[in-house]
Amino acid sequence: MKCDQVADHLEAVAAGEVVLPLESRRHVEGCLRCQAEMIQHRRVLRTMRSFRSDLLEPADGLLPEILSTIEAAGERHAVRSLLHRHRWAYLSGLAVACAAGAAGAIILTTRSRRSRRLVS
Amino acid sequence: MPAETALRLLPDSSSDSSGQISGLAETARNGDRGAFDDLVAMTYRANYTLALRLTGNEEDARDVTQEAYLRAYRSIGSFRGDAHFSTWMHRITANCASTHLGRRWRHRHDTLATADEVMDLRPDSDPNACVEALELRGRVADALSELPPKLRAVVVLRDIYELPHDEVAEELGISPTAAKVRLHRARNQLRSMLFGDLGEVDSREV
Repeated sequence: MKCDQVADHLEAVAAGEVVLPLESRRHVEGCLRCQAEMIQHRRVLRTMRSFRSDLLEPADGLLPEILSTIEAAGERHAVRSLLHRHRWAYLSGLAVACAAGAAGAIILTTRSRRSRRLVS
Repeated sequence: MPAETALRLLPDSSSDSSGQISGLAETARNGDRGAFDDLVAMTYRANYTLALRLTGNEEDARDVTQEAYLRAYRSIGSFRGDAHFSTWMHRITANCASTHLGRRWRHRHDTLATADEVMDLRPDSDPNACVEALELRGRVADALSELPPKLRAVVVLRDIYELPHDEVAEELGISPTAAKVRLHRARNQLRSMLFGDLGEVDSREV
């Protein structure tokens, strides 16, 4: 077995994501080059994982910027929902007015028919 | 990443604050703006750090962080609380960074970031190991910022934030196979940037 056949999997092995078949494992155990590569992958990975606990400090002003963006979005949302509510109020009023108009028209029509019948 | 970027270590009280964060998230979900503001104040550094690691650029990281919190604010009602708020925010941030990077990629405005100053403030019993680890941290951070953005995003999410392959793929809008291929390339590229080619090393059996 040659290093090239194993090299592609070494990073995943170092990360514990892959287990090599027995033949490949035997090669790595006896090969300085593959062992060195594996150690290097492990060192990089360990260092990368140590970054997890880091907090990078942004330049001043990020927090107020975020909060004002959210506030602006909140205000826009409030205005939109107010307009939405107003739209419903107008539509409801219009519907009631239409219904009342229709009812009035029906009553007037019925009355005029009755009065015509009485006259005839 | 700019040299003036300061680095701090996450305070040890982070586990204590996670309970507080959960409580605030619950209150914010019920429409309390003040609770959401408190959540932002408690978590924005961690999300900015993730954004900076993903974008490699301070200005982009600020934009991504802002966009992420705006998205979170709009969809806080759908936050079910079955994941930690921080994890949920990390996903939104990664998603925003991916969109942002995609946009930049299309506009071909990508520039390589400069190295960031990385300082490990933790005391170590072995001064030599401490110096070596410090030096390696700096070199890894440099190498990371020199990776192409698409490779960097995958390796940051997988190897720093330890997201499963499927989630990395989902956050970046790529297939799991593509995520694995990119991760493989990124890790090999990082190793070779840091330690060089092993071609000359004797590969004899031991």
